[in-house]
Amino acid sequence: MSESKPPDDTQTPATPPPSRERVRQARRRWLRTILLTGGVMGAALSGFLPLVYARTKRLRPPGALDEKDFLSSCIKCGQCVQVCPVQAIKLADLVDGFGVGTPYIDAREQACDFSCDAVQCILACPTGSLAYKKPAFLGSRKGARLAAAPILKAKEKDAEPTLNLSERIGVARLTRPEACLAIQGKGFKGQVRGPSFQGRLRYMEVDRWKPIGVAEHPYDLAECDLCVRECPVKGAISIETVFAPDGSKRKSPVVHEPCVGCGVCEMICPVEPTCIVVDAREVWNT
Amino acid sequence: MNQFLKRRFFDQIAVMFGREPKKPAAISAPAQQIHVLKRATNKEKLQAATLAHERAKKVHKWRNLRWAVLIVVNLMFTFSFWLDIQILEGALTASRFVGFHLIDLNSALQVMLAHKHIIVNLVIGTATVFVLWLILGGRSFCSWVCPYHLVAEWAEKIHLYLVQKKLVTDQNIDRRLRTLSWIVFAVLALATGYTMFESISPTGILSRALIYGPGLALLWVLALLVFEVFFSRRAWCRYACPIGLTYGVVGILSPVRVKYKLDSCFHEGDCRKVCLVPHVLDTVIKGRAVDTEVPIGPDCTRCGLCVDTCPTGSLTFDVKGLSKLL
Repeated sequence: MSESKPPDDTQTPATPPPSRERVRQARRRWLRTILLTGGVMGAALSGFLPLVYARTKRLRPPGALDEKDFLSSCIKCGQCVQVCPVQAIKLADLVDGFGVGTPYIDAREQACDFSCDAVQCILACPTGSLAYKKPAFLGSRKGARLAAAPILKAKEKDAEPTLNLSERIGVARLTRPEACLAIQGKGFKGQVRGPSFQGRLRYMEVDRWKPIGVAEHPYDLAECDLCVRECPVKGAISIETVFAPDGSKRKSPVVHEPCVGCGVCEMICPVEPTCIVVDAREVWNT
Repeated sequence: MNQFLKRRFFDQIAVMFGREPKKPAAISAPAQQIHVLKRATNKEKLQAATLAHERAKKVHKWRNLRWAVLIVVNLMFTFSFWLDIQILEGALTASRFVGFHLIDLNSALQVMLAHKHIIVNLVIGTATVFVLWLILGGRSFCSWVCPYHLVAEWAEKIHLYLVQKKLVTDQNIDRRLRTLSWIVFAVLALATGYTMFESISPTGILSRALIYGPGLALLWVLALLVFEVFFSRRAWCRYACPIGLTYGVVGILSPVRVKYKLDSCFHEGDCRKVCLVPHVLDTVIKGRAVDTEVPIGPDCTRCGLCVDTCPTGSLTFDVKGLSKLL
């Protein structure tokens, strides 16, 4: 075997004019280069499309910066996914555009129930996409900031009962009052969301450190108050007596300012589809 | 470092950014002497050596070791999550090794440019990884850790088989494209505030797929592999990937590299045939070595394929400074 000479290895010091074949090769190479450039750039820019078309807001993990800042700072490593004790956090796929690999929470499937006590996902984030406290220069949308540190019902008797969280990730909203069992004065008996539901929740009376399947914890309630009963944050939601449009008095779940938007109410609502949802990135409007 | 090697050192940096390797302008006297002697080499002797080489068994020492390391590193991520053993948490873009932050340099760069705000953990992780690859040889990240490199190597085997069957031809592309793509993605990150490259980085996509399960994003990786099999050999790693350039720059001053010895080389060029970045091996072409011993440039991925292939041991791994001590 002998070493084949590369095309530019000319022996004579004076460069002879390039052959027609060489010129053609060079031109083809340029075309290929442009083709590959176009392909890669096209693929990269295609990430914009979902951003332009899809306006569906996704619930980000607790402590997430505003969406634009979140997308620019998230390094897509999934460390928040790994630390979550209930695996509420999932990573987005290709169809989410710039969201490829960014974390989100599908609260109806598995809400964040703060059973880690310390908002571990924020602690795990290496780039500050999730932050206990937003850096000052990023600014804060009105109503996003919580009036006070939320008190975790599970830790209420502890020396430090609050959750290290300064901004909400959304706000719960009663979307289908007509179907709400509490408003109808109905009770609930059995497994919430059926026997095959995979979602988990921490039940303090069962095990403080180990969340169990919601399906393993059947209820027998004379009057449904699941969204209030299982809400992990103190004072975020309650059953109040309100006036119905026809003037009669009735009971209804009412969301209050401490709501952080964790989505447990959305997960635990036994009605299909759910009566209460978390509006992602919503702020508290007084 | 003498003046000839110094000139080559800077030449090789330019070559990394996409310039074609050139014939050296000046060659040291001892090297020149060997070049002259080689022109007068006994042809029979050379033929005998070539024959012996053809009969020699193929060695895959470095390749096997490298594949083992690559697979173990990537599985460490996977099992840390699956078994919850918390050794290496996260993905290749950012992780924690027993609690200590590690952040991929290119991802860190994208985030810093897009977000324009740098927190302490990001600095710690980036600095650690920078020092790590400064010691271990820059682009050795590509061949020893990057999961896309491994699947691309397998795709390359298919490509080479098809080339041998004359079903496809390797279409080479201008290497300056990689520098261009680095600049474009950096500017895009800075201007749009989105980490554009991260959404198409096959390294990140594959790493996450291995840890968190497969997704549609793998289709993009598949498309790249198809392109490489049927159109252009190792196109992504050679002509497009900005991660390679980032680590290449880190490798400029790295002490770990492959070293070339002129006197024992037969100039058969087998090393250049197996190499991902054959432009760094231009020095093995007859008459090109500027000195009797020449370190291979920063774009080299330290994969060891040439070391395995070289029948005369003219290419070896070398640690600057350390070899002198031993």
